[in-house]
Amino acid sequence: MHSILSILQEHAKTAEQAGEAAGGAARALASANWGFEQKDIYLLMAIPLLPLAGYIIQLFFGRKLPRQGDWMLISLMFAGFGIAIYEFAKCLGAWSPEFKIESRTMGLSWNFLGSSPGSPSLVAGVLYDNLSAAMLVVVTLVSSLVHLFSAGYMKGDSRYHLFFANISLFSFAMLGLVISDNLIFFFIFWELMGLCSYLLIGHFYYKDSARKASLKAFMTTRIGDVCLLIGLCILYQHFGTLQFTELYEKVKIAVQNSPTHEWPEWLTAAGILVFLGSVGKSAQFPLHVWLPDAMEGPTPVSAMIHAATMVAAGVYLVGRAFPILTPDARIVVSIVGSFTGIFAATIGICANDIKKVLAYSTISQLGFMIASIGVGGVGAGLFHMITHACFKACLFLGSGSVIHAVHTQDMREMGGLRRKLPITYLTMLASTLAIAGVPLFAGFYSKDAILAHALARAMNEGIWYYYLPIAFLATASCITAFYMFRLVHMTFHGEPRDREKFDHAHESGPAMAIPLIVLGSLAVVCGYPFAHGIPAPLFSEARPWFLAIWEDHVPFETLLGGHFAEHHEHYEHILHESAHSNAVILSLCAAGLGISLSFAFYYFRWFSAEKCANAIRPVYNTVLNKYYFDEFYGKTFIAGTLVFSKVSSLFDKYVIDGIVNFVGGLMKKSSDASASFDRTVVDGFVNFAGFGTQAIASISRMLQTGRIQQYVAFSVFALVVVAALLILR
Amino acid sequence: MNVASNLLSWITFFPLVGILAIMCLPSAQKQLIRLVAIVASAVPLGLSLYMWFWGFDGASERMQLIERAPWIQAGNFVVQYFVGVDGLSMPLVALTCLLLFIGVFASWNIERGLKGYFALLLLLEIGINGTFVSLDMFLFYVFWEIMLLPMYFLIGIWGGPRREYAAIKFFLYTLAGSVLMLVAIVAIYIITGRFNIQSYLDVNGNNVAGLLELARTKNINPQVLTANGMLLGLPFQDWIFWFFFIAFAIKVPVFPFHTWLPDAHVEAPTPISVILAGILLKLGGYGMLRIGFPIAPESFMKYRDFLAVLGTINIVYGAYVAMGQTDFKKLVAYSSVSHMGYVLLGAASMTDMGLKGATLQMFNHGTSSAMLFLIVGVLYDRAHHRDLNGFGGLMTQMPRYGGWTTLGFFAALGLPGLAGFWSEAMTLLGSFGPYPTLTIISGLGVLMTAAFLLWTIQRVFLGPLNPKYAKLPDISAREIFCQAPFAALCIVFGVAPAMLINILAPAVKSYLAMFPGLH
Repeated sequence: MHSILSILQEHAKTAEQAGEAAGGAARALASANWGFEQKDIYLLMAIPLLPLAGYIIQLFFGRKLPRQGDWMLISLMFAGFGIAIYEFAKCLGAWSPEFKIESRTMGLSWNFLGSSPGSPSLVAGVLYDNLSAAMLVVVTLVSSLVHLFSAGYMKGDSRYHLFFANISLFSFAMLGLVISDNLIFFFIFWELMGLCSYLLIGHFYYKDSARKASLKAFMTTRIGDVCLLIGLCILYQHFGTLQFTELYEKVKIAVQNSPTHEWPEWLTAAGILVFLGSVGKSAQFPLHVWLPDAMEGPTPVSAMIHAATMVAAGVYLVGRAFPILTPDARIVVSIVGSFTGIFAATIGICANDIKKVLAYSTISQLGFMIASIGVGGVGAGLFHMITHACFKACLFLGSGSVIHAVHTQDMREMGGLRRKLPITYLTMLASTLAIAGVPLFAGFYSKDAILAHALARAMNEGIWYYYLPIAFLATASCITAFYMFRLVHMTFHGEPRDREKFDHAHESGPAMAIPLIVLGSLAVVCGYPFAHGIPAPLFSEARPWFLAIWEDHVPFETLLGGHFAEHHEHYEHILHESAHSNAVILSLCAAGLGISLSFAFYYFRWFSAEKCANAIRPVYNTVLNKYYFDEFYGKTFIAGTLVFSKVSSLFDKYVIDGIVNFVGGLMKKSSDASASFDRTVVDGFVNFAGFGTQAIASISRMLQTGRIQQYVAFSVFALVVVAALLILR
Repeated sequence: MNVASNLLSWITFFPLVGILAIMCLPSAQKQLIRLVAIVASAVPLGLSLYMWFWGFDGASERMQLIERAPWIQAGNFVVQYFVGVDGLSMPLVALTCLLLFIGVFASWNIERGLKGYFALLLLLEIGINGTFVSLDMFLFYVFWEIMLLPMYFLIGIWGGPRREYAAIKFFLYTLAGSVLMLVAIVAIYIITGRFNIQSYLDVNGNNVAGLLELARTKNINPQVLTANGMLLGLPFQDWIFWFFFIAFAIKVPVFPFHTWLPDAHVEAPTPISVILAGILLKLGGYGMLRIGFPIAPESFMKYRDFLAVLGTINIVYGAYVAMGQTDFKKLVAYSSVSHMGYVLLGAASMTDMGLKGATLQMFNHGTSSAMLFLIVGVLYDRAHHRDLNGFGGLMTQMPRYGGWTTLGFFAALGLPGLAGFWSEAMTLLGSFGPYPTLTIISGLGVLMTAAFLLWTIQRVFLGPLNPKYAKLPDISAREIFCQAPFAALCIVFGVAPAMLINILAPAVKSYLAMFPGLH
């Protein structure tokens, strides 16, 4: 990590010195691909391909390898992390908001639908910009640490080798998604992640709850996936491409060429459909129901899903797709996101399962990120995704460590564990401070940026529904601080509530401690702003590193020109002049209020949480039961689908097949009828004819006497008759 | 006879050698009979692989490996032995050979009437391959009927308890279609005086596909076929179109002609189900694309919206009905109904992308449905029932079988990285332009397919182990050997779909060129 920090500092310095000149220089460098060669593209591709290779080897030989192959997958992930760091350093070397490497321009692309002239094609390649660079580092880091942690946590599991294979595949899918330069490949990896989550959440498949949770996760996210696919259909239909950069370009042209210089409506539809994909994957309202249940998977999997993969992919998608989101679509995005933020936070207050609290906090934090992108703070949202990955991974692995120690997930049976689990306590505390938005911790910087954008958007537009995001988000960040400290108090502070469990608790080995320490430290520093090359956490002029490399590129609105550009300029003005400083105050107040309340309730116990809950029993029960969403979906959509499928199959059996059988029966009846016609009428004629023949024969038999004289007499008689006939004619 | 110059004839008729050999063997020599069947199906497979990699020029739009000789000559009535393949039929021929080869191995457990069984199986192969390579309509019809007969006996003799009902239903249903097809073929002959399917690539390379064009070449007034040729209120051409369409729709099967399929599948022995779903259904889609639609292009363009609706009904309705099944095999059978809907929807879209999706789907469904039916067979062989609610937790007892099932099911639900994804995604991408609403409705089918397949896994494999099945043996080496080639194809064409699409693309291009006024 030290090397990155030093690079960060160095380049922050040069960037500040270079100032405006950097833009021009960057453009000049663009033609040279910022010093990236084909070798680098292959290295980047190796990052996802290493875990894939590991997965394949592990699938076939894992059981036979020493230690069931865990060392191989862990080292492959760390190798990927090494490459990601190496390339990240090169990316920071460019230190430009315009930094973007496309493998296509370097002659490296793969046409997956074949190359026949005149037909549409889908060319896949690698896209490496500031965003994917940062994401690659975060994802490989968190996956590596989760792999390492699992070696301790999953020890003795009967499907240990398969577990490792599947988390490697999970990492592969996420890493592949991050470097995809087009939506169809994005979608492929996206779906593969759905598969991996299905397999991993259902790791304890013999448990009924696990098999239900895995199915729920896959199906709920697939609702979003189908919407995303339809969104892709619309984009492909209108633009003929799914390449990110080409899409941006074509959106720009479409808007500029439209007669009213407005955003087309179908683009709004496409944008919302694409966003619905994120709603599924990032567990936004109303498709949030799968994520808490996904806790049925082993805890390292939860850490993967909540920090490095899956839910992050949804935010990443909205970030990548931001230029195709029309203003109308952005309103939807920001309101859905911010509503999810507050909605999930309220459930987090009541949950007693330590992992469930974390799950709802993830949903809520994802709401922050999505809302931020919706209001226009793309960089802030993505930045929060990065900081959140660090502290949420730490929280989950910490909760895993707690569960490993006390063998329960119910916080009511914990308490006082800080004496038994000091490392877990300290790292989780650091992460809690981060998620609560306390200054000097990573989450503060990203959350502050989000609130600033939401506030600026509200002030800029002035329409009531633009005020919803900031109102929701500010409240949600207060609640977040409250329930996260509630978690810390209930778990680590106070007196142990279950003596026996407390006595048996102890810190686990280094495989579990090291990841906690690394992530806990990152939860402090990974959001730091830099001023004059040194970390300057309290220097208000300095911008966090990610925002510094992200936000300086020319905004999409400016590229659109016309009134879009003016509008955006006004927004930027408000953001920097007033919104930013107000947002700092707002977020400090929110965090302070939440933390104080939680101390009052759960540390000093000035108020009793039980009494409060009793006072508002119906409301409390509703929230405790997660607003009855599972029950509602179960009784409506799921039951409806089952009834409809039953009705369809009965319709098929009795109506469609009934008609077939009826026609068949009719055929049989008519053939029976013709058979009896045949028997009586046709055969009757035949028989009659036969009978007649017989009768005639028996008559004529009488003539057959065998006497020659008689025959001669007949012959003569006949001759006479014939002769007479001839003569008379 | 030179094998290379008569490749298609060798592929088609080699099983005849096996049939004769099996007929001569005493029925007690069971192993020998099986061995002969293996050889007799392995040789066409080898030849078809040779054809795929060396004998066939994937870049060409033309019919290849053509063999042509007069067969029946009675005055003006000329039927030719006229065979050839293009990018549309070549992969299907290879798939047929593979399915039959695997079918022989999957038939290992069959003990009763072995001689007749394998002889009929090989006869079936002749019928299917012959239909795919025929370029003469009369020849096509003959092979089509040849195929029907062994199928009837294979279901009717070696099938399950209701085999006779299922076999007769299958036979009559298909025969009803055949009759319509025969009427249409005769009518075409009367108008044009020829049986050629391949008339659309004439000597000048002009596209002269439709009846109207054919009539023009014979100096018949096209009015006969359209305005003046009204028959019961429909132009003559439309009658031809509908006759062909119904004949092939029964085979696909298109809603509402699909109910023979679940019955036939449920009663048929596993290898026959595999062949039925894997390749027989494709004959319907193939027939539409090869004959049915191009012969009456104006009628097709007139009615294609309706066909797209039918395709969508297949996709969604098939998936819902599948979800309502409790019989494992019926569920898989209805999933085939759903999957074949993509072929119809893609074909109706008349876009390059949509047609590639449809033709790709024919191949990919062949591999994935074969896997599914093999999976069902493995379970039925052990548990002797197929009630989905009667299992549970088999993953504990049969982990390897569970793994194969998971792979097969994810292939069927169109997981990216496996072949089915590309065909479904391309069909939807291609159909969205002309039919946005139908494509969105089809998205529901995508969702439901995932739902019922994963629900099946959940009920059969996951959860606590049903103690009744605590002693079931895991999947055997022979059963894995049967699964493996299909799994491999699913993965290979999932990762590198271009390998197949590049072969299909020229055929799709020349197909689209046959429709005047499309663009």
